[in-house]
Amino acid sequence: MSNLSTVAYLISSVLFILSLRGLSHPTTARRGNFYGIVGMAIAIVTTVANPGVLSYKEIGIAFVIGGLIGSIIATRIQMTALPQLVAAFHSLVGLAAVFVAASAFYNPSAFNIGTEGNIPLGSLVEMAIGTAIGAVTFTGSIIAFGKLQGFVSGNPLVFKGQHLLNLLLGLAIIGLIAKFCIDQNPQFFWLIVAASFLIGVLLIVPIGGADMPVIVSMLNSYSGWAAAGIGFTLSNNLLIITGALVGSSGAILSYIMCKGMNRSFLNVLLGGFGGEQAASTGGVKDDRQAKQGNAADAAFMMKNSKTIIIVPGYGMAVAQAQHALREMGDLLKAAGAQVRYAIHPVAGRMPGHMNVLLAEANVPYDEVLELDEINRDFSETDVAFVIGANDVTNPAAKTDKTSAIYGMPILDVENAGQVFFVKRGMASGYAGVQNELFFRDNTLMLFGDAKKVCEDIIKGLEN
Amino acid sequence: MSEISNQLENLSYKAQQLADQANQLASTVVETSGGHSDFLIFGITVLVLACFVGYYVVWSVTPALHSPLMGVTNAISSVIIVGALLAAGPIDSTISKYFGLVAVGLASVNIFGGFVVTNRMLSMFKKKS
Repeated sequence: MSNLSTVAYLISSVLFILSLRGLSHPTTARRGNFYGIVGMAIAIVTTVANPGVLSYKEIGIAFVIGGLIGSIIATRIQMTALPQLVAAFHSLVGLAAVFVAASAFYNPSAFNIGTEGNIPLGSLVEMAIGTAIGAVTFTGSIIAFGKLQGFVSGNPLVFKGQHLLNLLLGLAIIGLIAKFCIDQNPQFFWLIVAASFLIGVLLIVPIGGADMPVIVSMLNSYSGWAAAGIGFTLSNNLLIITGALVGSSGAILSYIMCKGMNRSFLNVLLGGFGGEQAASTGGVKDDRQAKQGNAADAAFMMKNSKTIIIVPGYGMAVAQAQHALREMGDLLKAAGAQVRYAIHPVAGRMPGHMNVLLAEANVPYDEVLELDEINRDFSETDVAFVIGANDVTNPAAKTDKTSAIYGMPILDVENAGQVFFVKRGMASGYAGVQNELFFRDNTLMLFGDAKKVCEDIIKGLEN
Repeated sequence: MSEISNQLENLSYKAQQLADQANQLASTVVETSGGHSDFLIFGITVLVLACFVGYYVVWSVTPALHSPLMGVTNAISSVIIVGALLAAGPIDSTISKYFGLVAVGLASVNIFGGFVVTNRMLSMFKKKS
């Protein structure tokens, strides 16, 4: 590799760092994205200028086809479907890593790592590890995509001996890698790929739908490590640096999500949380009656309120209620109320999901606040309007040591003067825990589809 | 605004310096040992340092932009296309080349998809007017 291309790759790396750095504030974020694009363009042009790269026509065709598909999907996708889109994209990085490693294995001279059947040990190890991570990322992301899209049941799939099976498979992969490094037999390469595909599926099936934010972040991290692994095979710093950036980004996001649920990463990974199993044990039959209100009552009460905090959750995304919600907020603001939004770290199906949906509905980002920023204000707030969120408001997390969600940071909506809960029914949330708030004196349940309820309130406000 | 851009400039300068140093280190390593096998140690050095850079940069990302962060990281992880291009490069038609071409296609879906969707998300974030 010439010095010139090394410098060009370095510039790309710096631009990638700056592109992440730009996301520290919404005003600099778009410039950040632009830096990322420039960095990628430099990386591609530099590589194509490499004397070993000659098949411009075929590469051009593959690039244009891929680029068109990517652009069309990204332009058309609905913002509520972002989590599954990101999961699907992760799977592609994983698969690309597998193909690059396979290619390096069959034609090592293109990568300057010896000749076929005569690859140095170090390169073989790197190649095998990169392949394994890439393959796990591929199938894991496909399953995550299926769960988010609804192709695969969102309920955790658990069976006896699951963890033992995973452990054995993991050991088998290590054994295969060792054998592959000694023999350089293509058969073992593909066995590594197959075993890693399988473990990718098995690792994700026991994990429930609402834990997907952690999983999507984790797979984001894996796709980075896969890129870094290939970087070692290629002796390319750009891939290592970028892989490390992406890897640590995904890891930090997973950490933030786990902290938002007060669960350990291991606990999430082992799966089986929530879904039917938890609902049957945790959802004790409750004879108490929750007070039920209608949209007209809510409209009347909110019209006479000075301060309102809206707490959106996944239910808002499912019902596509963000636009109606914003319209309701505008009317309330016009009536003289202060309207703000409170976002819990694990609301939605991916980190920051709610923020994007509210932004899509033209809610200014300075009205949207994080848990730490707004939690104290509930006690001075007239109305808390909870729409499609449940577990993240449950005071049992603070008081009930036996609860599945004990210790989870919650939004203190209970402290508001009046609480409205927009819900489809009385069912408990993902954790399968009954929400004490439904039975409080200052709580009014508004049953129905989130969007429909908002529209009814809008009608009430307009009258 | 100008403060942020100053900070950015500062950061990029520092990163450049760091990278320059790393580069010098690299060339000395390569000179003294001259071979792929020793790239491992150097590569691990770069990896560890980059993890630290990633750690600090990512923690400074505002939580409101965590979805765009995933979009961008998704796009830039497709830098794996560098490997795909090298694999697809040779003129002669081998299985290895076709693997490379498939990887080029997959990575470009991601590059375009990732940057476009991030741009869409970011263009929606507006301040109170």
